[in-house]
Amino acid sequence: MYQYNRDDQSLIDARVEQFRDQTQRYLAGQLSESEFLPLRLQNGLYIQRLAPMLRIAIPYGMLSSRQLRKLAHIMRYYDKGYGHISTRQNIQLNWSHLEEVPDILAELAEVQMHAIQTSGNCVRNITTDQFAGVARDEIVDPRPWCELVRQWSTFHPEFAFLPRKFKIAVSASKEDRTAVYLHDIGLLLRHNAAGEIGFKVLVGGGLGRTPVIGSVVREFLPYPHLLNYLDAILRVYNQFGRRDNRYKARIKILVRSMGTEKFTAAVEKEWQHINAPLVDEATVAKLQKHFPLPAYDRSLSDDLLNNDNTIAQDNSAFAQWMTHNVMPHRQAGYAIVNLSLKRTGMAPGDITDDQMDAIADLADEYSYGEARTTHEQNLVLADIRQSDLPALWKRLTQLHLATANIGTLHDIICCPGGDFCSLANAKSIPIAESIQRQIADMQKLYDLGDIDLNISGCMNACGHHHIGHIGILGVDKKGAEFYQVSLGGNAGFPPSVGTILGPSFAQERVPQVIESIVRLYVDQRQAGERFIETYRRIGIEPFRTHIYPQ
Amino acid sequence: MTQRIIKGRTLIPDEWRVVEKDSALIPAGERIILPLALWSTTKSREQYGVWLDSEQTADDLTATHSADLLNDIALIAINFPTHTDGRGFSTARLLRERHGYKGELRAIGAFLRDQLYYLERCGFDAFALTDKGTLEDALRYFSIFPTHYQNTADQPLFKRQGY
Repeated sequence: MYQYNRDDQSLIDARVEQFRDQTQRYLAGQLSESEFLPLRLQNGLYIQRLAPMLRIAIPYGMLSSRQLRKLAHIMRYYDKGYGHISTRQNIQLNWSHLEEVPDILAELAEVQMHAIQTSGNCVRNITTDQFAGVARDEIVDPRPWCELVRQWSTFHPEFAFLPRKFKIAVSASKEDRTAVYLHDIGLLLRHNAAGEIGFKVLVGGGLGRTPVIGSVVREFLPYPHLLNYLDAILRVYNQFGRRDNRYKARIKILVRSMGTEKFTAAVEKEWQHINAPLVDEATVAKLQKHFPLPAYDRSLSDDLLNNDNTIAQDNSAFAQWMTHNVMPHRQAGYAIVNLSLKRTGMAPGDITDDQMDAIADLADEYSYGEARTTHEQNLVLADIRQSDLPALWKRLTQLHLATANIGTLHDIICCPGGDFCSLANAKSIPIAESIQRQIADMQKLYDLGDIDLNISGCMNACGHHHIGHIGILGVDKKGAEFYQVSLGGNAGFPPSVGTILGPSFAQERVPQVIESIVRLYVDQRQAGERFIETYRRIGIEPFRTHIYPQ
Repeated sequence: MTQRIIKGRTLIPDEWRVVEKDSALIPAGERIILPLALWSTTKSREQYGVWLDSEQTADDLTATHSADLLNDIALIAINFPTHTDGRGFSTARLLRERHGYKGELRAIGAFLRDQLYYLERCGFDAFALTDKGTLEDALRYFSIFPTHYQNTADQPLFKRQGY
């Protein structure tokens, strides 16, 4: 993975001292609350219900074992012994003390980590495919490009005070695992007919109060122009995005009000002035060197994964784990292992300090010292020898990280909700658990196939409810917590925003409603049809009449 | 007492006065910075400074005043109505890098010393800073970072590092 050079290190070290100074001035009354606000947000510090929340950046989801151990230490020493993986591949600590945050940042800087621009109205952490470099359907490894965009976005002098937050994802595979269409800018890496690398550029996607699928502003942008083109998009947004109403300030609203065509014309016009290519082959080659292929043993073959039939017929826990949590790898003889953070009884995406330390050891022993975080709030060990799978499974089982539920209805994307967040209208963690308990039988769960269930505690949509096959949104109904259900959302290709099923439900009804919905699917499905496919075929009406009988 | 501003990273006395945006009258005297609308009505534009509010773009200025003549203007100021309104960063870069303005580019309004570094990188060279703290102490905020990734008028870091 990318290793800092002296310049990178000097920048994050300076950032720690800058924030130490700002914190001291705030505590001494020299910076007002409103002056300090954007400064602390751009270091990932929110004020939540109970304590400040610190969001630590994990650039494009890559972590070394050394960084994992540092995070474990920080969770243990400064926090309450656990952290929460966010949908943008970052990690959040819920119990930080403002006075200690500069020290936390200094500890992070020791392992080339930081909380820069993880919040605030600026360009946020760049996200990508958790299977970058190992996925079989990958077109080009996105990570060198993510690193380039990371550098471009870090302390960009022109774009640190945008109308609103700005999220960029890079997707580089035939299947999308980044929700690329739901980002302020989505970059789809691809080749043109001549075999050159470039990007399909999407702008104006997003969730929140107004979910929008991104618009294509360019079918193919040759890679040398990537950074100038980003500058052009951001410059148009920075100048003309709305600043009078924070709910209308995202770039999606600007794209909508101008219309994609006019917006695109404005970007292209701006870009014409600044289109001297900045990136060339030599740049790319040097960046690629930071993401070398591990020293795979090339004599291996796909022995274990090829025994699909044996595994499918075997009901053992190991076989279930192999079926659900282990994925094929592009290198013969290796496998991708997903570590589920969705065990019933644990808040989705939460991980303890001890688990983190243990994962660091497992990464060192089995996966070239690296791990990744995922958009679905799980972790990945990406380079496992197939012959190591049984041993790894045993170790993960002891750590409660081998729950065989990846991709199932239990693999819920969930925001921290009303238990932690001051924005939330309703709790979301207990809803996730109640649904997991309602459909607790694993055979029934597996029979449902892959279903994305996403839960947000308010319309800010941190739990991505709009793009769950089943989405649940917490709403406030005269002071009581209610839940609105939507169906038919999809994060990957083709993206779609869910349709609201009908009036919201009281908390205790939600698990039964979800069970009724998936039962109807089971009744209606044709052979081999996933939930989302059945939904697309039959539409929402059968679900409405089933859930709200006259 | 004469007020002071930061210019070229040093403190200097400053006598320029900023005329309010809705004012229709040009006060008598020298060293006056007029709002764009009022300034465009004057015949002897060169003797005045002009200030742009955050919603006014570099193009708004060049629409009323040929870009070729920008360097005849005594000074251009850009207002930051709040420290979170970042439009002036783009306006400054456009004036410098697109329109070739070389004269004094002054930040006015509610910006913070914490923003001096970014402001200077975008082309500002003068700062009527009014936040809490001394102007002497503010000077260190220009060099808060030892280097930078992006190109503005220069090359991006990856190029400077030979990438």
